[in-house]
Amino acid sequence: MLDELRQTCRRLLQDGAVQAVIGYGRASPDDPAVPVFISKPEDVDQLVWDDRCFANLTKYLSRKEVLSLGKLAICVKGCDERALLVLEKESQIDRSQITVIGLACDGVGQPRLAKCESCDVHMPRRADIVVGKATVPDADAGAKRYAEIEEFLKRTPQDRMAYWKKELSRCVKCYACRQVCPMCYCRQCIVDKNRPVSISTSATLKGNLAWQITRAFHLAGRCVGCDECTRACPAGIDLRLLNLSLAKAAEENFGYRPGMDPDAEPIIGAYSQQDHEEFIR
Amino acid sequence: MNEANVFQPKIIAYVCNWCTYLGADLAGTNRLEYPANVRIIRLPCTGRIDFNLIVKAFERGADAVLVSGCHPGDCHYTAGNYHARRRWILFRQLLETLGIDANRVHFSWISAAEGKKWQQVITEITEKTKALGPYTAYREICQEC
Ligand code: SF4
Ligand code: SF4
Ligand code: FES
Repeated sequence: MLDELRQTCRRLLQDGAVQAVIGYGRASPDDPAVPVFISKPEDVDQLVWDDRCFANLTKYLSRKEVLSLGKLAICVKGCDERALLVLEKESQIDRSQITVIGLACDGVGQPRLAKCESCDVHMPRRADIVVGKATVPDADAGAKRYAEIEEFLKRTPQDRMAYWKKELSRCVKCYACRQVCPMCYCRQCIVDKNRPVSISTSATLKGNLAWQITRAFHLAGRCVGCDECTRACPAGIDLRLLNLSLAKAAEENFGYRPGMDPDAEPIIGAYSQQDHEEFIR
Repeated sequence: MNEANVFQPKIIAYVCNWCTYLGADLAGTNRLEYPANVRIIRLPCTGRIDFNLIVKAFERGADAVLVSGCHPGDCHYTAGNYHARRRWILFRQLLETLGIDANRVHFSWISAAEGKKWQQVITEITEKTKALGPYTAYREICQEC
């Protein structure tokens, strides 16, 4: 599959169909793959593909310096590809200008990441070129999608609050969770605005909680569950759990999963007069 | 317990300029009495009432928060309240996940003609919050800093 990937990219570069390929490379043998930006056909041998290709490369499509490379091809796994659709729906990318190379994926990480256990998109569905063949996911793979959050919600509210207090007290406000997120493309993040200061930016429990509420909620109905934030967090905070709870709410209330259906209208920035309101007085 | 020791909840009401604020105003001009526990903060529209403001109210020691605006179909900006309603549905799930007491976050539609409803809603929320007691869980977080 790797040969096929390299050949595909070589051809794209040689033909001038694209000026650069965003893919995975290896900086050191024991570490996760790093993003590489290949612009010469002879460099395609730097590309790798294995179960340590964690990064969601779609993040780079909102970077000026990357866009300045010219026409782009990008390697995506099934979960990353969902991010592309959200970016397209939010008018952040011009999909027709990007060559999408879908990588058939059987999961990443040893052991497999939690997201891969319940993944139902092993084969990218809307890529221009698909490389490889993945095992077909079990029909009920998706059923476990919200298992962790459902388990968590069985705890008492006091217990849940205590959990977040304990976890978020470790946050150092590095904002790595934001930097890796393909959906965090604001030119200026709300926490970087200081006139006025709208949320507490101190690295205290109060500020940390305010930050994660903000991050999680700004991604409500948009997060595709690539879990890059959770992987990036140096404090090992399970941000996935927060994201899952909003993904669950989006699916339960609006039958919507971000990045899944090109015909579905995004739920944020739209509304329906039929939205339920039994909780409103 | 003497009067001074009775728990008086602090309730923050974020209201839209065009309906609920005028509803509250009408309650006033009609001399309708309602508990003085509510602090009204006026914003252009429910669509502008950022969830961060709800969090901020708790940070500053609110015992309950009310967000209120025009009835569906009546928003001054046509659809601000529809957008807001959708976000509230999702936001309530986030509150639940974080273990923040959803019984302390209230939503209502109160029109400019509903001075009476304003009186009722504020009275109800005040009674309910008195029964729940002070909301210390979030306040503690902020004191630890
Ligand atoms: S979630 Fe699916 S597509 Fe994404 S890395 Fe895991 S198995 Fe691959
Ligand atoms: S990555 Fe982790 S430590 Fe850094 S800001 Fe996000 S939650 Fe805090
Ligand atoms: S102006 Fe009242 S809700 Fe929009």
